[in-house]
Amino acid sequence: MSVFVIAESENKTLKRNAGEVSSYAVALASKLGVNCTAISFNADNADVLGQFGVTQAINIKNAPLHFDANYYASAIVKHVQSLNATHIVLGSSADAKFLAPILAAKLGAAYVPNVVALPTNYDPLTVKHTAFTNKAFAFTQLNSECNIIGVGNNAYGNIESPVACSVENVEISNLVSNLEQVSIEKISGKATIADADVVVSGGRGLKGPENWHLVENLAEVLGAATACSKPVSDMGWRSHDEHVGQTGKPVSTNLYIAIGISGAIQHLAGVNASKIKVVINNDPEAPFFKAADYGVVGDAFEVVPVLTEKLKAFKAQR
Amino acid sequence: MNILVCISHVPDTTSKINFKDNQTVFDTTGVQYILNPNDEFGLTRAIWFKEKQGAHVHVIHVGTSEADPTLRKCLAIGADKAFRIDTRAVDGTSVAGELATFVKNNPYDLIIAGRESIDYNGAMVPGMLAALLDIPFVPNCVGLEVNGNQAIAEREIDGGREKLKGNLPMVIGGQKGLVEESDLRIPNMRGIMQARQKPFELVPAQQITAATNDITFEKPLPKQDVKLVPAEDLDQLIELLHKEANVI
Ligand SMILES: Cc1cc2nc3c(=O)[nH]c(=O)nc-3n(C[C@H](O)[C@H](O)[C@H](O)COP(=O)(O)OP(=O)(O)OC[C@H]3O[C@@H](n4cnc5c(N)ncnc54)[C@H](O)[C@@H]3O)c2cc1C
Ligand SMILES: Nc1ncnc2c1ncn2[C@@H]1O[C@H](COP(=O)(O)O)[C@@H](O)[C@H]1O
Repeated sequence: MSVFVIAESENKTLKRNAGEVSSYAVALASKLGVNCTAISFNADNADVLGQFGVTQAINIKNAPLHFDANYYASAIVKHVQSLNATHIVLGSSADAKFLAPILAAKLGAAYVPNVVALPTNYDPLTVKHTAFTNKAFAFTQLNSECNIIGVGNNAYGNIESPVACSVENVEISNLVSNLEQVSIEKISGKATIADADVVVSGGRGLKGPENWHLVENLAEVLGAATACSKPVSDMGWRSHDEHVGQTGKPVSTNLYIAIGISGAIQHLAGVNASKIKVVINNDPEAPFFKAADYGVVGDAFEVVPVLTEKLKAFKAQR
Repeated sequence: MNILVCISHVPDTTSKINFKDNQTVFDTTGVQYILNPNDEFGLTRAIWFKEKQGAHVHVIHVGTSEADPTLRKCLAIGADKAFRIDTRAVDGTSVAGELATFVKNNPYDLIIAGRESIDYNGAMVPGMLAALLDIPFVPNCVGLEVNGNQAIAEREIDGGREKLKGNLPMVIGGQKGLVEESDLRIPNMRGIMQARQKPFELVPAQQITAATNDITFEKPLPKQDVKLVPAEDLDQLIELLHKEANVI
């Protein structure tokens, strides 16, 4: 019996969410009284996982440089078997959600994504996760010999408990992929909705794409990713990959700031998992205020520039 | 080209979510079920392949007769044949297992599923199905072209897009972008009439065991009232976000 955690990397460095999944896995292993081993692909800094309590990591150093779900799953299967892993922990990024079902089928494992806390029961293993597009939680039992837990973004947090982490760099042979990468386009140098701690999002209330500097300037001060409501991307004011909500990307950040967004049920469904929601809207009756933690009733064109300046000053002081 | 579109049947996006029997069962009272939006984008793309490249389009659902109206709608929109594997769907593992057995007996060139179903949001079935069949899989698919026995599929990634190439047969998890909303079709009278003549086959289930089971459900705690900050006093908002909420 042991816990195995999949630490994602990009450009040869661990991704931000590697800390969160490792923290979760270490806590799970300690509850079960078993070892926890991490696996990473092409990560030059896998030893950093020691910060979160991981004592041993396996780094596959000859994997394809871009994420390749089928290849990665096969590599993981080999190690799961040799380590006798009974619990596998990974994240909820687009890549993790690509990998996990493939891995589950290859291992005959049970899999539950969007898990929000440590198991509520260990025998049988029972976890709490979001369901019905964040309108409810389900408590689900995992009944296989090997069980996969997908930890929701920002659901558990980074828990530091520094130890030394020994990294074994291994080369893996005889694995093939069934897909070839043709091209990849990625916005660089900008926080993505999935990775960010803070998301600043704009709706139809901003009147047009020419006003998006309001959103962008505020986001820059906060190191936030930018997002938008569905009509905004439908009208082509912003690109489709910024569209959040039930039919767009899910958002589960620590802070979500909604500017000129009414708060329709389909929008809320996708952003409700965020911890703190701030709404700026000139209509005191906007439904979003019912779902928000903090609100400012006011004209975005007046409120947002002032807020941005004040935050800039606040950040500069610290 | 033979295309199989996997259909899931889900509560309408605006449904109130409630539970009954001591919070153990989803209460379907007053809930309107619809064709899963992600599957509708996939089905529409499949019909595009039918019209432009002469593909045959079959739809399949694993579940009870409650979904029959949804399958009929798919036929009315343009699918040629519907299958329903007759069992109660329990989890991703059992659904993918049923579908895999069916596809092993009835091969297809392309299997189009949705990115995720909007009820349990598992995003499990398509990837599991592909792995069980040992064929390529592309999730979050926003573009798909087929050339001979190869497909190029584009997936949305965190902060961008990636184009992948692989051999058929392939499974994709489709979403908006595969076609646009304006391309979606509303069944017309002719389609509905034709659908009545189209084959609709019931397939016995393998009764594959589920790997997970839901024990209970819980609704999020009612939200505390919003704290309103006057627009003239944004310092107060920064103070609250910093000291009370601890997020900046
Ligand atoms: C099946 C389905 C799926 C959907 N999926 C999604 C989804 O995933 N994501 C999504 O976002 N939507 C989704 N929608 C659409 C959703 O129902 C709403 O139409 C949409 O969210 C509204 O976007 P909005 O708030 O930007 O615009 P509006 O509803 O037009 O709201 C604009 C808001 O801006 C405010 N405003 C105007 N001027 C100012 C100003 N000067 N200062 C401050 N505030 C101002 C207004 O008071 C208003 O509240 C879906 C709909 C359907 C039917
Ligand atoms: N019961 C089912 N029968 C057929 N296909 C399904 C079923 N459940 C899910 N799918 C397919 O798998 C996709 C992802 O669903 P899920 O894994 O439930 O999020 C859906 O969009 C459907 O295409």
